[in-house]
Amino acid sequence: MTATALSVRNIRKSFGEDEVLKGISFDAHSGDVISIIGSSGSGKSTLLRCINFLERADSGEVAVAGEIIKTHKAKDGQLSPSDKHQLKQMRARLGMVFQNFNLWAHRTVLENIIEGPVQVLKHPKKKAVADAEILMDKVGISQKRNHYPSQLSGGQQQRVAIARALAMQPTVMLFDEPTSALDPELVNEVVQVIRQLATEKRTMIMVTHEMALAREISTHLIFLHNGRIEEQGPPQLIMENPKSDRLRQFIGKF
Amino acid sequence: MVIHTYIEYMGWGAGGWGDEFFFGFLMTLKISLSAYALAVIFGFFATTAKLSKNIFLRFMAVSYTTVVRALPEILMVLIVYFTVAGLAETALVKAGFVDKGFQFNPFWAAVFALAFVAGAFMAEVLRAARLAVPEGQIESATAIGMSSLQIFMRVILPQMMRHAIPGMGNLWLSITKDSAIVAVLGAFSELLYTGYRAAAATKEYVFFYGVTAVLFLLITLISIAVIQWMERHLNRGYA
Repeated sequence: MTATALSVRNIRKSFGEDEVLKGISFDAHSGDVISIIGSSGSGKSTLLRCINFLERADSGEVAVAGEIIKTHKAKDGQLSPSDKHQLKQMRARLGMVFQNFNLWAHRTVLENIIEGPVQVLKHPKKKAVADAEILMDKVGISQKRNHYPSQLSGGQQQRVAIARALAMQPTVMLFDEPTSALDPELVNEVVQVIRQLATEKRTMIMVTHEMALAREISTHLIFLHNGRIEEQGPPQLIMENPKSDRLRQFIGKF
Repeated sequence: MVIHTYIEYMGWGAGGWGDEFFFGFLMTLKISLSAYALAVIFGFFATTAKLSKNIFLRFMAVSYTTVVRALPEILMVLIVYFTVAGLAETALVKAGFVDKGFQFNPFWAAVFALAFVAGAFMAEVLRAARLAVPEGQIESATAIGMSSLQIFMRVILPQMMRHAIPGMGNLWLSITKDSAIVAVLGAFSELLYTGYRAAAATKEYVFFYGVTAVLFLLITLISIAVIQWMERHLNRGYA
């Protein structure tokens, strides 16, 4: 039994009358790659954003490496973090990669990557730069270290964003549709990096539409439908023999 | 010799007006810089209040910017100078911070009045600039574990300044001119008042108002160069 890297319990979230997450629970053990699939509006991205509290759930519990993020019920009915300091530490251990990259536009590639290690982890700048160099090499962006995000293609920007998240040495990587905003010919360069991370046994949670990638690298697949986990299991198994009609329909589209 | 006379007019010391203009120039800069710095602070407070969730703060901030922007500046400066400063003095005395009979230094009262007016315009410039920072830039900083202060100082501020500089530059230029308004509050010997005195004393209206104009223009030209440099610096990395 490997250690539980991330534990998500009973996450519920409504936007107004619309309940988008109706009690989601799952665990990621160290080295797991969990892909979350489902049609648009199924709550995939919301679920991911509730894990690091970019979005506040209405109820539920998140634990990183066994440590529960402390919360209380706020006046507005949402789950509110009780310990800001702990929340920051937890967020630092959850490396997030966004659909739209969200690289800081006023900082160069290198500055983007060392920002977190220097400002949040308080690493000396020298060490942060040395670590960043290894990461830039890994994602193949070393040539562009002094470029600004606007000077890079989408694929390059996303690779920098992955390096920026990795620089925090996170316990879990969270990918929010990392290839959805890319031109088709740029998808592959990002997929290759993600594939490599999977072979290194990094713990990853990935919301994606890339069914082939999900099937190839995931250890576990979660199919979300109408705010619930409709079906889950090893990717080959549930993609070849979907039990529910919903999943059968969904897979049929690809 | 006409030219000779003008050189004498601009001489240093009792005979000429050169030193008066020099110190008037410095006074204008001093008033402008102080008022501007204070206006930035007022502007940030008002913007924060305007963008806050608290309805009372929002109401206060909106009232402030609406009233100040509606009234003629000179009227606003007079009102603030003669009422707000007076009220603040009374409050400070009552609170026991200062002794009875305390009065603000008129210079600072005038600077406060100017800044109060400019602060309302500043608030609008800063609000628009703050709203121009994409939410994703803040989200990625939040997700990496930065504190609110770090996010403001390292992501929001540098990015909003890029949008704020043109508006803030305009406000700086207008405050250097508005500094002349404080002449109505008394003798501060800033640039316009100096020009007025020199012109009245010598009857050389065209020459001395011309000198005054050239000196104001000088401030503007230097300012524009500085603003352009800042714009270039803040726009690095943007295509």
